[in-house]
Amino acid sequence: MDAIRVENLVKRYPHTLAVDHISFTLAPGQILGLLGGNGAGKTTTIAMLLGLLVPSAGRITVLGHDMARDRFAALARMNFSSPYIALPARLSVYENLAVYGHLYNVPNLKRRIAELAEQFHLTTLLKRPAGELSAGQKTRVALAKSLINQPELLLLDEPTASLDPDTGDYVRGVLEDYRRARGAAILLASHNMGEVERLCDNVLMLKTGRIVDRGPPAELIARYGREDMEQVFLHIARSAEL
Amino acid sequence: MIRRIWGMLYRHLAMYRRSWPRLAEIAYWPTLNMLIWGFTSSYIAQAHGAPRAVAAGALIGGVLLWEIMLRGQLGVTIGFLEEIWSRNLGHLFVSPLRPGELLGALVLVSAMRTALGLLPATIIAYLLYRYDIFAPGPVMLLFFINLLVMGWWVALGIVSLLFRYGAGAEALAWTIAFGITPLACVYYPLSALPVWLQPFAQALPAAHIFEGLRTALLTHATDWRQFALATGLNALWAALAIGVFALEFRRARVRGALLAIGE
Repeated sequence: MDAIRVENLVKRYPHTLAVDHISFTLAPGQILGLLGGNGAGKTTTIAMLLGLLVPSAGRITVLGHDMARDRFAALARMNFSSPYIALPARLSVYENLAVYGHLYNVPNLKRRIAELAEQFHLTTLLKRPAGELSAGQKTRVALAKSLINQPELLLLDEPTASLDPDTGDYVRGVLEDYRRARGAAILLASHNMGEVERLCDNVLMLKTGRIVDRGPPAELIARYGREDMEQVFLHIARSAEL
Repeated sequence: MIRRIWGMLYRHLAMYRRSWPRLAEIAYWPTLNMLIWGFTSSYIAQAHGAPRAVAAGALIGGVLLWEIMLRGQLGVTIGFLEEIWSRNLGHLFVSPLRPGELLGALVLVSAMRTALGLLPATIIAYLLYRYDIFAPGPVMLLFFINLLVMGWWVALGIVSLLFRYGAGAEALAWTIAFGITPLACVYYPLSALPVWLQPFAQALPAAHIFEGLRTALLTHATDWRQFALATGLNALWAALAIGVFALEFRRARVRGALLAIGE
């Protein structure tokens, strides 16, 4: 069973075609990169995968659940992190994690929070209000929140934005370990091409709502005769014919 | 389901524990209103004698009871706005929390806020003006519940507008319930309204509740007809508000408004 199965997905707004008949699958234990410039359709696709947005056409199945009919069953088994969505600033880090622990019905919640605090170096910050944290610390809290329920599917939007190179590298390691240990699937939207090369098994290149290319990063680099994914990304983004 | 509702309740309790201005705000307006209208009522009673004392009592009772509706409504809408202000809705709506569970939690928060907010005003009414809101007996509890339910469906309507128009509709959270006040017949009988306006007032549960309150104060009897009308109308409006909420939530998911509700 695929972690994600998307078939002919379309999102049409009155004046824009945001997502134009895209299809893809993500197998358990795999990391799929969703790449594209601004307005390519990444956020719209993620929002539809999360049930925040109703597709105009097409079908999304997540962990075997049809998102049109049974999204809450899927949502309980997945999670999401984005630096563009905040956590309540007045609540402490511990309280924020506890709220989501309750929402995801996490057993042994105190122990789970302690594990995550250790993993993301948050132990000394647990009693601090989330609003008093630095941008990097907030990103680490958001990532801890996204792993609170040990999801089988993780959707990450710019997971290492605002992190210094050292912490960013550490977080990538945590995600790799988590994927290995849990056999979890990860969908990653990122503009950090080094991160994409390191983490992703496969990549979808989106442009104006369409998938213009796909494949493992090494294969795409070879296909376009470039040195790295950064150059592949620039080539695709600047090509009029694609 | 219960654990998810508890999760949201915990979120709000943790917030109030860390924010004394929010706690103070809960009791500030009911207390201030009680002081203003209480002294006004005392003046009316002293200046015009015993018959006016009953009217003064109705005025204080009206202030207290209308605050139940206002605080009930604000409890739900402010609870929802807190999620918009903290940019947290995106996380909540991609969790297994159902919209109905979110509303259930907000209703519980609202009930707690209302009880906490009205406690000082009730004590002031008793100590300063010798007015006991519970004097008419347990039937008052039924009127309380009816007003609280009215506050909740008004709030549901406002939350639906927030889904439709985003945080730009935030001002409605503070003003809509006050706009209903002239038709609620809080401080005067239904007959005081122009004839053409009376059907509009009669469509609201509040008008029947306050008619019932005045009957209880004047005759010490319970007007069950008014109570039944208020309860029936509440059920009708609540069902309508739930339907509108479900429709607007669905439309917001189609338009992508949940992604930008704080804009």
